[in-house]
Amino acid sequence: MNILALIKQVPDTSISLKINAGGADIEYRDILWVINPYDEYAVEEALHIKERHGGSVTVVSMGPDRTADIIRSSLAMGADEGVHVKDAIFNGSDAYSTALILSKAAALLGFDIILCGKQAVDDGWGQVGPALAEILNIPSVSSILKLEISEDKKIAAATREVDEGLEMVEVSLPALFTVQQGINKPRYASLPGIMKAKKKEIRILDAGALGISPNEIGREASRVELRKLSYPPERKKGKILQGDSKTATGELVNLLRNEAKVI
Amino acid sequence: MSVWIIAEHKAGIITDGTLEAISAGRLISALTGGKLSAAILGNNLDALADMLSGTGINDIYLLDSPLLSQYTSDAYIAGIEPLIKLHKPFLILMPSTCLGRDLAPKLAARLKTAYLSDVNSIEMTGSEIFFSRPVYGSRLVSTLTCSGERPWIVTIRPRAFEKTEAAQKKAKTENQPVHISPSSLRTVIKGFEQTQKGAGLTEADIIISGGRGMKDAENFKMLGRLAKILGGVVGASGAAVDAGWMPHSAQVGQTGKVVSPKLYIACGISGAPQHLAGMSTSKCIVAINKDPDAPIFKIADYGIVGDLFEVVPMLIEQLKK
Ligand SMILES: Cc1cc2nc3c(=O)[nH]c(=O)nc-3n(C[C@H](O)[C@H](O)[C@H](O)COP(=O)(O)OP(=O)(O)OC[C@H]3O[C@@H](n4cnc5c(N)ncnc54)[C@H](O)[C@@H]3O)c2cc1C
Ligand SMILES: Nc1ncnc2c1ncn2[C@@H]1O[C@H](COP(=O)(O)O)[C@@H](O)[C@H]1O
Repeated sequence: MNILALIKQVPDTSISLKINAGGADIEYRDILWVINPYDEYAVEEALHIKERHGGSVTVVSMGPDRTADIIRSSLAMGADEGVHVKDAIFNGSDAYSTALILSKAAALLGFDIILCGKQAVDDGWGQVGPALAEILNIPSVSSILKLEISEDKKIAAATREVDEGLEMVEVSLPALFTVQQGINKPRYASLPGIMKAKKKEIRILDAGALGISPNEIGREASRVELRKLSYPPERKKGKILQGDSKTATGELVNLLRNEAKVI
Repeated sequence: MSVWIIAEHKAGIITDGTLEAISAGRLISALTGGKLSAAILGNNLDALADMLSGTGINDIYLLDSPLLSQYTSDAYIAGIEPLIKLHKPFLILMPSTCLGRDLAPKLAARLKTAYLSDVNSIEMTGSEIFFSRPVYGSRLVSTLTCSGERPWIVTIRPRAFEKTEAAQKKAKTENQPVHISPSSLRTVIKGFEQTQKGAGLTEADIIISGGRGMKDAENFKMLGRLAKILGGVVGASGAAVDAGWMPHSAQVGQTGKVVSPKLYIACGISGAPQHLAGMSTSKCIVAINKDPDAPIFKIADYGIVGDLFEVVPMLIEQLKK
């Protein structure tokens, strides 16, 4: 089983972010970068499948130099290979172009299963996985909470989250899955794992290696243009309701009924 | 310049998310002067067409086939792609639900056109349409434009638009031929397990959430009682879900559900950025927490500093009056 886990580096989810002087991007100074939380589940699931069915796990990430950090931390968790998709001409690619670039990498590396996160928590598109499946012409299942591979490794049974509950589906491999929170608990890297990962060579794939021409990707080819970032409107200052519980809750009910008019 | 809605329906009813997407569609049609059309995919659609008819839509296209009785992206795309190529709408809207967020990016990739998910406001300046959506876990808002081949495909965030108002005019309904070859369907649906009624958290008007301060699973029953009185549903923080007190599907936040109810009551939740990412756009926020410095109070409209085990039962009592 050749399993690819696609991972993206995103700003830490707890820090506040500033908009840069250009107004259409964030200020990159002082940012702590982490692996997209959903992608950590993807790596864990990939390792889990390998442990049960054999094969190898390759993590693939597109991004600038700093992206090597999350590739290395995934190697430390136990991934066999790390691939860094990197080229200056990839800058500014929208999610579709990103999927296009990653599709070339996937085709080059070969795969039976591709795992992606449900969405990246920075841009929140939730597009790269489904678009990648479409470009590769393989079936995909979104937002999965459980994955089982048949003994002959030909069929995957997935449980996916839908609005009112859970849906059980089957697809033939090769296929792509996007993983939802709850599917597993990512393991911590072991010390030997960390040591081994340090020595591992990360394979770099650039536009030349992938056979991508500049006019297919990057800012120019983007169908979506980010024009402006802004801060969300500030909420108006709230009221702390004083007095004992009885007084405070009485006042709360009154305010909810007559001021906010929400009950 | 026509705008299309792909209507979502459940148990024979057009969903609220669809009625909200129609509102967004009416807004754009009013600005561009284009027609508004809707496509309904499924099996036995006449009653659904009647429901959509008086919502301000000009044309309704019915794609009626047993192969569409359950959603699979393969069947839906096979059904709708020829129709899109024939009519060439410039924009397709659908609700940002599990279905929409699966279908829309695949359809856009198939057509090689722009895709925007989770849009919560739309404006027009000159001839350009600006779409806004939350990014970085609702810490920032991005405003975007689309270009290139059409249709651009957009999912609309639940509760960002009001449900569409009834319109005088009735829509013209047309049955469309559906050609789907069963052998082209790659996903086979094996089963379904209902865990909640309706869309649950994402479409709820009132949400009562509990966090680590709830102390155990049993105490969530108290929030259930409060939710019942208010006609709401119960949600949870990441900490409460990690502790196993509530299922993952109830988690609100960055890696959980993003919600925008009329009323959000946070009980024993500190207000970590990852939690705020999921609920900070709620219309009215109430915080009940014993720590006066808890960050949740910074975004709450009403706060009660106190022990939730005293405050919540008292609140239930006051509401019964
Ligand atoms: C990558 C990542 C993703 C995450 N995603 C999410 C997410 O989607 N959703 C989410 O919620 N979190 C998420 N988290 C976790 C988040 O950082 C916080 O740890 C979590 O939100 C804290 O939950 P809490 O407020 O219930 O617990 P705490 O922060 O421990 O707060 C408990 C609060 O309860 C109060 N309290 C205790 N006892 C009482 C009492 N008797 N009466 C009144 N008040 C009381 C305390 O004063 C305290 O403020 C994520 C974290 C990471 C790193
Ligand atoms: N630059 C990237 N490199 C590798 N994988 C990515 C990249 N961007 C997105 N992905 C994958 O696609 C998923 C969805 O991303 P998005 O469509 O941006 O929300 C992520 O969770 C990753 O699994």
